[in-house]
Amino acid sequence: MAKNPHNVLVYIELDHDQLADVSLELVCKARELADRLGVAVEALLIGHQNLDSFAPTIFSYGADILYLTEDPALEVYTTLPYCHVTSRLIRDTQPQIVLFGATPIGRDLAPRVASELKTGLTADCTDLQIGDHEDRKLKKVYHDILYQIRPAFGGNIIATIVAPEHRPQMATVREGVIKREAPDPTRTGEIRPYPADLSPDLFVNTIIDRVVAERKVNLKAADIVVAGGGGVGSKENFQLIHDLAATLGGMVGASRAAVDSGYIGKEHQVGQTGTTIRPKLYIACGISGAIQHRAGMDKSGKIIAINTDPNAPIFKIAHYGIVGDLKEVIPMMIKAYKTKT
Amino acid sequence: MSIHLVVLAKQVPDTHNITGEAMKPDGTVNRAALPAIFNPEDLNALEMALQCKERYGARVTVITMGPPRAADILREALYRGADDTILITDRAFAGADTLATSYVLAKAIEKIGDVDLVLAGRQAIDGDTAQIGPQVAEKIGYNQITYVEAIQELKDRTLTVHRSLGRVTEIIQTRLPVLITVTSSANKPRTFGAKRMIKYKKARSLLEIKREVESGSFAGHYGLELVEDEIALVTKELREKNLLIETWSAADLDADPDSIGLRGSPTKVKKVISIVLAASETKDIPPTEEGIHDLITELIEDRTFG
Repeated sequence: MAKNPHNVLVYIELDHDQLADVSLELVCKARELADRLGVAVEALLIGHQNLDSFAPTIFSYGADILYLTEDPALEVYTTLPYCHVTSRLIRDTQPQIVLFGATPIGRDLAPRVASELKTGLTADCTDLQIGDHEDRKLKKVYHDILYQIRPAFGGNIIATIVAPEHRPQMATVREGVIKREAPDPTRTGEIRPYPADLSPDLFVNTIIDRVVAERKVNLKAADIVVAGGGGVGSKENFQLIHDLAATLGGMVGASRAAVDSGYIGKEHQVGQTGTTIRPKLYIACGISGAIQHRAGMDKSGKIIAINTDPNAPIFKIAHYGIVGDLKEVIPMMIKAYKTKT
Repeated sequence: MSIHLVVLAKQVPDTHNITGEAMKPDGTVNRAALPAIFNPEDLNALEMALQCKERYGARVTVITMGPPRAADILREALYRGADDTILITDRAFAGADTLATSYVLAKAIEKIGDVDLVLAGRQAIDGDTAQIGPQVAEKIGYNQITYVEAIQELKDRTLTVHRSLGRVTEIIQTRLPVLITVTSSANKPRTFGAKRMIKYKKARSLLEIKREVESGSFAGHYGLELVEDEIALVTKELREKNLLIETWSAADLDADPDSIGLRGSPTKVKKVISIVLAASETKDIPPTEEGIHDLITELIEDRTFG
């Protein structure tokens, strides 16, 4: 390996004593980028204790080096101490790329780190690639730059962002948009303890109370999602969505319109402001298919759309389109499925 | 106790309500045709500041960086109850990414001086980055608390807030000064006050005063020097009536030219693709017993149902 390899660093987030899904997705993406660049994948995990128990999993997804920062004061995420450790590690190790999950914590931490390092940060990326960039004004070509690809303008455009002159190139990446490759349990890596070096003035917040709600809905894990939109019409009709999901062994999703109308809770929302999913089968019932919704489900393996409006945009991305009343179509589907299985 | 609150606001294109008129024939959005509005979550931040003012007695200053027409949202802030407004505008700021924008906003907050609490919306609906709050906080050396849902108490310069991070909710206590970002579920922003609207409809930024004086009948009859005098006079009158929207340029902020606008922005937009609906091949399924039966059979046979 070269003397100063400028590796790819992933900030690993703990979701209540478990590795966050998005962090493992990022390790997979970092592996792909690092292979292209001929460098190593590094990961940083900050926390309280026994962090080395997570190392085999992080290595199995593709990390080569894992920095562990353990300190009793770092049990719960607070901005300033975590920012202090992350910024200092980046200064010390000089990665060329740093990736964070676009989770509430990632979106709290990454901008503050980027500001401290006076470098660029692209939020909520949906894809990352390596390529060249030509600055026509400066007549200069930059090789092997990180393309940071993200939706903007409410999802109406997709922008490719580059930061040619600044290092590290930093991005937060949405959960669920990167495919998690199968782990290789035989892969190993090197654990490097990294000191926290904390000072009392970093601890300015007192957490008086902290409540962690149960994870009730995990749409991302579902192979089949049956989702209802504003076209479902009422909370009573929404029972049909639950019935179909139960019959098929799937989970219930919803568009923003259905959530806003009070048919179902926000934790079921699919789309740009909800969850991004890629199930094997997505059944959109009474969902018109606004771009914000499509951004959360258009990578589904198969999409069935049921809508009374033949011009609904959802039909443009559906593999199977049923123009009809969901109150009639759904019972037919339940019946047909029960007869066949 | 009198504390000084600063609200960071942005004028944004209304990307959430795209009507047919803003769609181009090729199915992409004509961004220029979108109406410009007060960024929704910045209104939640303003509402939180105004409630603080009512509960604890505070001065509320709303600042925005943007083109001259961003003065519109500052007038709206005055209609709702803001005490002071500042328009930060300069061609040199154009093309700024979040790092260059946060630098300018931080310079403005430093120029205001002695700010106890900075409030900003969680994110703006044009970029959805949620970066400005934390980046401004870092630049002015303030602590930050993002995703704030409510201020529970503000007493003896100790702030207690309720925040929500996905599945986690926290009650956090901290000392002023601090910067917080506010979510849409925090409150319901108030509408315009009728009396305030009548009064503050006359509020003007320096650029608007200039334009109105220069295009008025006055200017045609007198020399340049007198026009300048008239602008100074109108500015003074409006300031006395508290109707002046303070207007600051890069020079007023003593901003480093290498830190603002395109030059101060590490990130560049390489390419933009407008989204056009992908015309995938859709198989039409008739909404009949037979049609549905065939569909279900196909999906069972190709193992989509696991």
